[in-house]
Amino acid sequence: MTHFLDVDALTMRFGGLTAVDGLSLKVRHGEIHGLIGPNGAGKTTTFNMISGFYKPTSGEVRLRGEVISGLRMHEVARRGVVRTFQHSTLFAEMTVLENALVGTHMAFRPNIFAAIAGWDREDRRGAEARAREALEFFGLDHLKGELAGDLSHGHQRALGLAVAYASHPDVMLLDEPFTGMNPEETRGMMDLMRKLREDGITILIVEHDMQAIMGLCDTITCMSFGKFLAEGGPADIRNHPAVIEAYLGGARHVA
Amino acid sequence: MRSVIFIVLGACALLALPHGLSFSQQEILVFLTINILLVSSYRLLTLTGEWSLAHVVIMGVGAYASALYSKELGVWVPVSILLGGATAALMAVLLSFPLFRMKGFYFLIGSFAAGEIIRLLWKRFRDPFGGPKGIKGIEPMPDFSIGIYDFDFFEPVSYYYLSGVVVAVCLWLLWRIERSPVGLTFHAVHWQDKLAEASGVNLRAYRTLAFAIASGFAGIGGGLMAHYVGTINPNSFDVDLMVYVLTWAIVGGTGTFYGPILGCVVLTVLNEIVLRELGFEQMRPLIYGLIMILSILFLPKGLESIVQHLATRRSEKGVKDRRAAE
Repeated sequence: MTHFLDVDALTMRFGGLTAVDGLSLKVRHGEIHGLIGPNGAGKTTTFNMISGFYKPTSGEVRLRGEVISGLRMHEVARRGVVRTFQHSTLFAEMTVLENALVGTHMAFRPNIFAAIAGWDREDRRGAEARAREALEFFGLDHLKGELAGDLSHGHQRALGLAVAYASHPDVMLLDEPFTGMNPEETRGMMDLMRKLREDGITILIVEHDMQAIMGLCDTITCMSFGKFLAEGGPADIRNHPAVIEAYLGGARHVA
Repeated sequence: MRSVIFIVLGACALLALPHGLSFSQQEILVFLTINILLVSSYRLLTLTGEWSLAHVVIMGVGAYASALYSKELGVWVPVSILLGGATAALMAVLLSFPLFRMKGFYFLIGSFAAGEIIRLLWKRFRDPFGGPKGIKGIEPMPDFSIGIYDFDFFEPVSYYYLSGVVVAVCLWLLWRIERSPVGLTFHAVHWQDKLAEASGVNLRAYRTLAFAIASGFAGIGGGLMAHYVGTINPNSFDVDLMVYVLTWAIVGGTGTFYGPILGCVVLTVLNEIVLRELGFEQMRPLIYGLIMILSILFLPKGLESIVQHLATRRSEKGVKDRRAAE
């Protein structure tokens, strides 16, 4: 049976260091899948391999049965896997609406000749409508004229999601979306992610905030020192002896 | 409506401008027009965040190509100028393969090296490039008449009108490109290339596109120059002129479309007209350098920041007036 997103024996070596070692995981369509583990477990490296930022040393990532590992990032994105970044990676010098417009790049591919001749009015209108829709979805439409760099931290994180959402993704890879958020912002963000799931978007999420992860995810994969450790629902993971040992036994790894 | 009046008035002023100038000033005016195209096309490249030192040499590629097409192949001059631009764009696409393996500072140095290689090739190959002496006796633009005005292209005024129209069309195209989703993507590539790529932007393709467009317009500028001056050689496109382009762009500011144009016009007028009139013949480079240092110290965002400042003050005043009226 082919899975929606299938990570198969993925390995990444940086020189002598094996950051990710034969990791396999399967993401079902329409679920929120969490990837957790102590610091340095290789979560972000895994993300970078799935999104095409790194080329894995060995192993494969398959989307609907098609191998996408080793493709470049924009090629992975065009197949429907769109990522966000740690911290607030945005076009800080551009307005909020322009940020979202860049997100619509794939759906409304700009064409330079049409742009000069003015034949792309339909596309421009469509792109703007989609960008506004994405901003409304994340409650940012009232800020669309502001510079992205001037937004508050929570709004910047939401805008990062809006940029990704504007491109009609099938899978969203969220890299630590709750970092630096207060509990209220975290709750708002969790609601947004549930809304995304209702929209039919599959979410793979890397996060340290256990409360958010446990409250949000359908399935959780835990890794430690680059290796697969355990997988299951929130309740299984919470009580899994290997997970408890990884976090509590190696207490100094915990942030 | 008001903007139409502005445009008509501006066009009339530009039409009348050369008649108040001396012959040598008219010649400077022709070069200024071409340089405006050069610096504006350079700005399109800087939109993607890359600064090249090969831009003037690429302009030379357009000049050489246009001169050779008309001279060796007998292509009609206006067509050969356009073909010169196309050749320059093609050259940029070829150069992009080695150059866009680099970014930022490395790209700057790499582009400089690439430009010097092209210049050495011109010097080395007497056939067809004419070696260090370059190409002489380039076909002039064919004269023609449009009823009310006879274009005689040995007259700088006529050539100013022609290049003015060509440059205006090119600037309009550059403006359209910048204001389009393509231009937005250039900005995106500049500010956060990783995020742009994650949104499905092919970085390499967009960097190459900007480089090719900028080079194409620079090539048209080179063609215009070659058929005006009538002779070109490798030293017409050396790093001196590139430094001038950089100064215009930096002093004017690259944040807006008009910034580099402003820098080009103000610095050229200062250098060629004001300082000459004041009798600083030998001291001009010194004073020019001083102006540059002062402008970087006191206007780090370029001349455009003054315009923006005035514009916001005016609009704020407008808002206040309207509030007072209510």
